[in-house]
Amino acid sequence: MNKNKIALTGAQAAAEAMRQINPDVVPAYPITPQTQIVESFAHFVADGKVETEMIRVESEHSAMSAAVGASAAGARVMTASSSQGILLMLEILPIASGLRLPIVMNVVNRAISAPINIHCDHSDSMACRDLGWVQIYSEDNQEVYDNTILAQKLAEKTELPVMVMQDGFITSHCVEEVEILDDEKVKRFVGEYNPETSLLKNNATFGALQLPDYNFETKKQQSDAIERAKIEFLKTGKELSKLTGREYNYFESYKLKDANYVVVSMNSSAGTVKSLIDKLRKKGKKVGLLKPVLFRPFPYSEIKAALKGKKIAVLDRSESFGANPPLFAEIKNSLFDINAKIQSYVYGIGGRELLEKDIENVFENLMKNKFEEKTRYVGLRE
Amino acid sequence: MLEIRFHGRGGHGVKTAAIVLAEAFLKKGKHVQAFPEFGPERRGAPVRSFARISDEKITTHEPIANPNFVVVLDESLIGLPEITEGLSPKGILIINSGQEPEHFKKTFGGKVVAIDATRIAIDVIGKPIVNAVMLGALAGVIEENIFNELKEEVYSTLKSKDEKMAAANVKAMEIAYREIKK
Repeated sequence: MNKNKIALTGAQAAAEAMRQINPDVVPAYPITPQTQIVESFAHFVADGKVETEMIRVESEHSAMSAAVGASAAGARVMTASSSQGILLMLEILPIASGLRLPIVMNVVNRAISAPINIHCDHSDSMACRDLGWVQIYSEDNQEVYDNTILAQKLAEKTELPVMVMQDGFITSHCVEEVEILDDEKVKRFVGEYNPETSLLKNNATFGALQLPDYNFETKKQQSDAIERAKIEFLKTGKELSKLTGREYNYFESYKLKDANYVVVSMNSSAGTVKSLIDKLRKKGKKVGLLKPVLFRPFPYSEIKAALKGKKIAVLDRSESFGANPPLFAEIKNSLFDINAKIQSYVYGIGGRELLEKDIENVFENLMKNKFEEKTRYVGLRE
Repeated sequence: MLEIRFHGRGGHGVKTAAIVLAEAFLKKGKHVQAFPEFGPERRGAPVRSFARISDEKITTHEPIANPNFVVVLDESLIGLPEITEGLSPKGILIINSGQEPEHFKKTFGGKVVAIDATRIAIDVIGKPIVNAVMLGALAGVIEENIFNELKEEVYSTLKSKDEKMAAANVKAMEIAYREIKK
């Protein structure tokens, strides 16, 4: 087992994984709302540490367009963005998935305008949850690194684009220890990229007009493909596990099995929940965490099995205005036929901090059997 | 768990101080976190950075509210309420100042350590850059023996920019460390 531990920010951890993957092309818009991921990666390019062709484009719309073009040509393509940048890509994101192009994008989760805010919430990646991209969420910098490497292989196996998320500032700007694999191991793990079909290899046509006679069938194939990505995620995770010794599942269960009271939460806040759980467990409280990692495709039946019989609070870091928050909606869907006790909470919008004592209140409400239809808000001034 | 907060102004290397401290402890096999105050970076404005050091894996990502140590790189910030906010009475406040610690009794009722880091920096480095000097002072205050790792980390961080300046920073750290230990 490799034990090369170095101190990296979440953004640097993503860039380090990108360096080791050594993609053929990285198109990126180099200024705000861009992240340190592209800044760090640009250093690797300038220092000759990668063979990547970096294309500095004039907007994120162009970044994703260039990514689509390069990927269709047969190149291994990665990029990164955040917040409004992701939204400017929105028109091209379903083209990447519709054309079945295995582009990997690191996303630093940040709020979207208006009002202008640069801090963490999940509104950006949640806005594109239904566009055919696989979505993987990361709690800490180690997971950012591991998930990026996993994503590259998963994308190419399934011919689907993959987004790897991490929390803006909270992990993207936080230095933590990250165990780095040998370059050679990562290179062997991701392997050479040889797509079956590409513009340059077979003079193939990408993105032709498809009217009602065939479009429906194509979209059904795309739907089947992302469904299959579920099992491929586990298989790829098992392979990576052999190198890292860490596990890669649809979700992490932390002290979940014998827990009566469970919080469901993604990305960095899951770590804060774990820290609190350790303290509450010492007082004999049966509390646990379910941390979704794979959000698209969503593992409904597995989550149902894990949460059956528990009292559940779901913590969302984004709103779905006029509807249930996105994570809560999926969890509730998983449990629709078992009449579970479940409460929706929204927290951390626009970077509002989440404290352990806030989460303790959430657990206390579960213990007091306090449930209501309405979403509750954590850390909101009223 | 050790929790440390640095105060300074944008451009003082406040963020770097926290990162270098974390890297030094990582070399000792500790688990670490270091992060700046989140938000836009503004030169000259009061800024903070944070570090967590632990024997166990650190999972929490909540802000540091109750640091054990507060390190102030710029004396002109004394008086701002956030300097001592959350610092427990058992905590230690380390200030870059030529004044005696007693001078800061009103600021903080607990233990105060004062070191004239600006003078040391001007004498040894030739510039009033005090982040490394204050790390030297901090190493003299912290129970854990971290000074050698910290010197190595400061040197390796700075040497790519300017080897002479890196060496001068280490020398300045040694003076600060010795003054504290005296």
